[in-house]
Amino acid sequence: MFIEQLINGLTLGSIYALFALGYTMVYGILLMINFAHSEIFMVGAYIGFLVLFSIPVFCPQLLPVYFLLYFILPMLGAGLLAVIIEKIAYKPLRHACRLSPLISAIGVSIFLQNLIMLTVGAQSKTYPEKLPIMQFDFFGVQISSLQIFIFGLSILLMIILHIFISKTKMGKAMRAVAENHIVAQLMGINVNTIISLVFLIGGGLGGIAGVLNGLYYGSIKYNMGFLPGIKAFTAAVLGGIGNIKGAMAGGFILGIAETLAAGYISSENKDIIAFVILILVLLFKPSGIFGKEVTEKI
Amino acid sequence: MRWIIGIIILLLLIVLPLAGYNCGNYYAIHVAGLVGIYCILCVGLNITIGYTGLLDLGFMAFCAIGAYTAALLSIKGIPFWITLPVSLFLGGFIRYLLGAPVLRLRGDYLAIVTLAFGEIVRLIANNFDWLTNGPKGLPRVGERIAEIQLFSLVFKNDLQFYYLIFFFLIGTILISYRLEHSRIGRALVAIREDELAAGLSGIDVPQIKSIAFVLSGMFGALAGAIYVHWIGFISPEMFTFWESVLLVSMIVIGGMGNIAGAILGVFLLVGIPEILRPVLGTKFVDYRMLIFGLIMIAVIIFRPEGILKSKRRTLELEERF
Repeated sequence: MFIEQLINGLTLGSIYALFALGYTMVYGILLMINFAHSEIFMVGAYIGFLVLFSIPVFCPQLLPVYFLLYFILPMLGAGLLAVIIEKIAYKPLRHACRLSPLISAIGVSIFLQNLIMLTVGAQSKTYPEKLPIMQFDFFGVQISSLQIFIFGLSILLMIILHIFISKTKMGKAMRAVAENHIVAQLMGINVNTIISLVFLIGGGLGGIAGVLNGLYYGSIKYNMGFLPGIKAFTAAVLGGIGNIKGAMAGGFILGIAETLAAGYISSENKDIIAFVILILVLLFKPSGIFGKEVTEKI
Repeated sequence: MRWIIGIIILLLLIVLPLAGYNCGNYYAIHVAGLVGIYCILCVGLNITIGYTGLLDLGFMAFCAIGAYTAALLSIKGIPFWITLPVSLFLGGFIRYLLGAPVLRLRGDYLAIVTLAFGEIVRLIANNFDWLTNGPKGLPRVGERIAEIQLFSLVFKNDLQFYYLIFFFLIGTILISYRLEHSRIGRALVAIREDELAAGLSGIDVPQIKSIAFVLSGMFGALAGAIYVHWIGFISPEMFTFWESVLLVSMIVIGGMGNIAGAILGVFLLVGIPEILRPVLGTKFVDYRMLIFGLIMIAVIIFRPEGILKSKRRTLELEERF
């Protein structure tokens, strides 16, 4: 029982971790909470829904190709949407007061949710089950292939992201911009390109998280992004916002905490527990587990 | 001159509903009452967002606390004039408890904490059946919320409630106006513009912030307590995150830090859509939020001070280096 809950927690946690990366990367570079990220997650899930429905598997030999399509297209779509949102709603406000981009992001969020609700419909949609799901039995512990897949894919994407940021030139540029926009610009880095790239990667990961969420729970809805969005944000804060490894760890910690709370305390009140964790972390350790203490510049 | 215009508007607001009611225009009176409730909420929230510059994304939580307190007490038969102060006190007290640790946080973190608190209150209202009857809402079957009684007058129809709401709204506006031009109001503006400098100038920043935060929460509770007596029913889904966001967008679009702006925001986002609802059909109401989202982005980019600029709220939203 406990091990099964732990595995459920790891699966949920890997979705939160992927989702949280978008929050943390954008915060790291622009110091803003990208409130519309939860809608990118939702749009990613809808693109995945569309792709899974419209591209049936014609010949089984090409299964890996289909597989790639199923995940690359939502990733690209969600990433591009994030870049467009940044260009329209955040870029003009880059030097405005700190609350302005947040309000603009809320505007984007309202717009996207209602756009999907009015065009696709307010009812929840059943996610197509294209992936064969098998149940394994390890010494009495039930694991489904879907859980292994979600966990594996998330870990793979996180490793790729980590290598990209720590080893490539682009990644170095990203870290430089996060450190200081003006100095990075003086070193010949195109800050706007890097910011777009951050939104592309963060949005793409958010979109994938949306698809995985749809596969895991089997249904999607126009307002599906809100609750996981706040939880992913909690995960990002828990790990230290702006810190990429922290977001991954925070996602797993929150996922496990939530499933254990649902299993042992009260499944009805698991969301309350997640919100209480958020408030407590923000109050007592706003720099998170892995974040560094930042003294405010005057 | 401004006084004369003000008095004329005041008289119109008193006389017109009476005339409208006698012509059988009940829907308009209902909308006017609703606009009044939202005005109380927005004038209250404006103290937090506009004067102090703290973004509060969970304001409906305090409306919910006020409404549930009033409903629970009045189901027991306690009269409105006792439940109202209790609701106000409880709303203010919980807001004080929340504010004491939370007001130390930076702007965007404060927004997230208030959001989380708003959701916690809604989820408690939704899950704690023994207290709040869960999603089915209050009052339970067989119970009813006691009517408001003033001497021998019993408030029953929309017109009577319109005058009650109008009375409280005038009170809210007067308090808010006096606050803005008081010593505390000036301290709030100083904190909004530069917290550190305000503290160094001898302002007790945590205390002043806390006063504004609590006062604005009490206005939320006031609106909730009146609303529940008027409609006679509450359920958790009236207090969602999106309601709180709607309040914020009213203030942003109308003009932050400005009572007239907050009221204009209510007219644009609640009054006009409700008036147009019978004309354009429910389809329009569906598109309402879509349009609000776009307007919010456009306003914050092209006119960050809102439609009605506040005279005192000068440089905060502009470039600062």
